[in-house]
Amino acid sequence: MGARDTIAESVTQHACALVEVDDLHKRFDVSAPWLNRVLERKPRQVVHAVDGVSFRIERGKTLALVGESGCGKSTVARLLLGLYAPSAGCVRFAGVDIAQTLAGHDARALRRRMQMIFQDPYASLDPRWRVEDIVAEPLREHGLVGAREALRERVSDLLSAVGLSAADMVKFPHQFSGGQRQRISIARALASEPEFLVCDEPTSALDVSVQAQVLNLMRELQQRRGLTYLFISHNLAVVRHVSDDVGVMYLGRLVELAPKRTLFASPRHPYTRMLLDAIPDIAMTGRARTPVRGEVPNPLAPPQGCAFHPRCPHANDRCRQERPKLSSFKGVLVACHGVEEGRI
Amino acid sequence: MSLAHREAPLLKVRDLRVEFPTRHGTLVALDGVSFDIAPGEILGVVGESGAGKSLTGAAIIGLLEPPGRIAGGEVRLGGERIDNLPARRMRSIRGRRIGAIFQDPLTSLNPLYTVGQQLIETIETHLPLRGAQARQRAIDLLKETGIPAAEARIDHYPHQFSGGMRQRVVIALALAANPQLIVADEPTTALDVSIQAQIISLLKRLCREHDAAVMLVTHDMGVIAESCDRVAVMYAGRVIEVGPVQAVIHHSAHPYTLGLMASIPSMSEERERLAQIDGTMPRLNAIPRGCAFNPRCPHAFDRCRVERPELMDAGATRAACWLVSEPAKEVA
Repeated sequence: MGARDTIAESVTQHACALVEVDDLHKRFDVSAPWLNRVLERKPRQVVHAVDGVSFRIERGKTLALVGESGCGKSTVARLLLGLYAPSAGCVRFAGVDIAQTLAGHDARALRRRMQMIFQDPYASLDPRWRVEDIVAEPLREHGLVGAREALRERVSDLLSAVGLSAADMVKFPHQFSGGQRQRISIARALASEPEFLVCDEPTSALDVSVQAQVLNLMRELQQRRGLTYLFISHNLAVVRHVSDDVGVMYLGRLVELAPKRTLFASPRHPYTRMLLDAIPDIAMTGRARTPVRGEVPNPLAPPQGCAFHPRCPHANDRCRQERPKLSSFKGVLVACHGVEEGRI
Repeated sequence: MSLAHREAPLLKVRDLRVEFPTRHGTLVALDGVSFDIAPGEILGVVGESGAGKSLTGAAIIGLLEPPGRIAGGEVRLGGERIDNLPARRMRSIRGRRIGAIFQDPLTSLNPLYTVGQQLIETIETHLPLRGAQARQRAIDLLKETGIPAAEARIDHYPHQFSGGMRQRVVIALALAANPQLIVADEPTTALDVSIQAQIISLLKRLCREHDAAVMLVTHDMGVIAESCDRVAVMYAGRVIEVGPVQAVIHHSAHPYTLGLMASIPSMSEERERLAQIDGTMPRLNAIPRGCAFNPRCPHAFDRCRVERPELMDAGATRAACWLVSEPAKEVA
């Protein structure tokens, strides 16, 4: 059974998915300029940043995407919000294709329902705007609150929801620490009362004690407001703390998609196992670890067959030639010939 | 590890004070920082951004950015004072006796020279090797750091290497003259997790083989746990706890270290909420009186607000906390 059949089946089973992604592709043309191509006889070059990704997120749940730099996780985030147009495949939000909606009259209404929190709270806030204007921008943009007084009141409510005070409204971003800035970003994202938040590495720029504050806050907000999250991170320990389901990406493809507990208790894909093994062990439990081999290949020239085979200890001839499909195995989705054949 | 303790320290830092004069008065960025590193020992320096950990490293290798300056205390390497040397003398120590590894491998290499030219320059500056001999040593170093096809790769430019491979080149550069001490400032922070593990184990193995001591500055407690013998925890420009790495992780006496450890999401257990330390580290121009941690400390009492604690014996570790001297207060 192929990945698409599985996904399609499960979609019909539970109609409560808020976000559905079906065979999503994104290609970027990274060729040299035309003149160089002609003079130096260089070919066109295309990066397949997202290569056939399918998943669904149920209302009120958190799906985490993990992977190393360049695996396409941030591209997926942008595709989900319609910041990039997919090369193929589609994203459905509450059952409606977002590409069509964003091209039509209801674009604004859809944008109100999904928001994003970015990684770097130093770059994502305009240094010349006061906090009040930053948080009020979505409210003004979507025409949600008209009167000036009501607007202030709403901003002050939002700030207190994220643990800041109304007195912070008149300040500029530089007067806050990294964690407080990330709280401002969250307040801004919540302003339009979205149902779906895409969080792209929201805590990787923060110190651990502050990271804990922000993660706790995001969890409280989810419980209180019934938010749905797509959480992107390279930190598996953080992912374990926040997510319900976890998708592991490698070179633009999902290699494993499983409920959190299953993934951490019995990781199937060799890449997932390698990632878990690579985490430094603070408790020094003496857990057996296999040394990590090799590096992520050049995405411009991904290996044939399974993209992970040059680093995989279980690779055989089939892995070098045939690309594994994401298929169902004991309740999880895995793209690995070894798991399918029962070798691993 | 216990053996290393008994030897005379290789690096001795005493009461180090670093100041930044500004228009609004002098900021004290490091205040009374003291620690030792024994020959061949790996000391981790951990803390959150702004705690002064990188600054400590920079002060030791004599690379403080002006207007920052050492305003007090001393740094001794093998018994010799190095904090007040003229720039020229310091330059001959850097590279020869102290090697440095920085966070971003792309900015620590010169993009205009091949990796080989940079390695050979370092080798010829500090060692009596010339020409073919120096080149051979450069190739050996690259091989040692696990760079495949070192004979060919030596003539490549930094941009032709991946991030992990570049950091290997930087480690080769730091080890080129067999220094006694390596100051590694966040050497794995810019790397992916799978590469991080490789670099940490490489750094650890090579330093053991070359018998070099390491000061490993990082914010990542996991990296510390994996690689260090001892660890110093910094907060607001001071060392607030120091001890063997296992003792600091499992039997810490300082409330800040305890909070820091508890706020790390754990891989072995699942919790509904992470423990968090409320508030943030104070800015340099507003460091509280007494213990700098007192406004965030759940156990603070009157003495913490007026008198600054120094490092004192706290069982398994040494901690700068009044709770240690007045254990009865902990219950109250």
